[in-house]
Amino acid sequence: MRFLTDRKRAEGRGASHTGTQHHWYMQVSAFGLALIVPTFLVIFGRALGSGYENAFATMGHPVPAIVTGLVLLVGMQHFRRGAQILIEDYTRKSTRKVLIMSVIVLSYGLTATGLFALAKIAL
Amino acid sequence: MASPTPRERPLSPHLTIYRPQLTSMTSILTRITGNALIVGAFLMVWWLGALATSPEYFAFVDGLITSWLGDLVMTLSLWAVWYHYLAGLRHLYFDSGHGLDIPTAEKLGWACIIGSVVLTVLTLIIL
Repeated sequence: MRFLTDRKRAEGRGASHTGTQHHWYMQVSAFGLALIVPTFLVIFGRALGSGYENAFATMGHPVPAIVTGLVLLVGMQHFRRGAQILIEDYTRKSTRKVLIMSVIVLSYGLTATGLFALAKIAL
Repeated sequence: MASPTPRERPLSPHLTIYRPQLTSMTSILTRITGNALIVGAFLMVWWLGALATSPEYFAFVDGLITSWLGDLVMTLSLWAVWYHYLAGLRHLYFDSGHGLDIPTAEKLGWACIIGSVVLTVLTLIIL
């Protein structure tokens, strides 16, 4: 027999087992993204289809490079958590684990690739 | 005394059992747009990678993303960004305990739908 009550098992953790950590991260990243995404849309939208020389020069400037890097980094972490909740809502057991791992791997993979490209262009 | 093995937690109910309402639909659309944006993110990273690789490879990828199909995907992604943006702000507002009565929540829902279309058109004009 275990001497753990339901209350003791639940205290401070909630259904997610991580308390309010996830919710707080989503609020902070949403706020941060709200600040930079409009600028990013204009930078990326104008560079798209503007030719190699122009696109290279644009993405090499500090502000476009920093804004794009931030949107990618924070955006992918925001996505990773949002997608994880979607998976947790509708799948369980091994399917759930494999999907969550895939989403995390994909998020970091895209972030690393994008940041490497930006570094190569800007530096 | 608590049972030693916790019961398996239930999954979310199927969406189809609910009668569609503006509040639920605009909430579901937030999740759909957010997750669908992985397509736009992937295309953007591919484009950046091509830009860092060579002018020839860039011409190929840039041409692909600005083809009619690419334009369609990018325009839908742009709308998805704006919808998710407005719905996210609404979420922050809801989280602070405001706007939760039905008339206000429905107005905010319409604000997300109409606002996202308006902002998409405005962005396309600016670009």
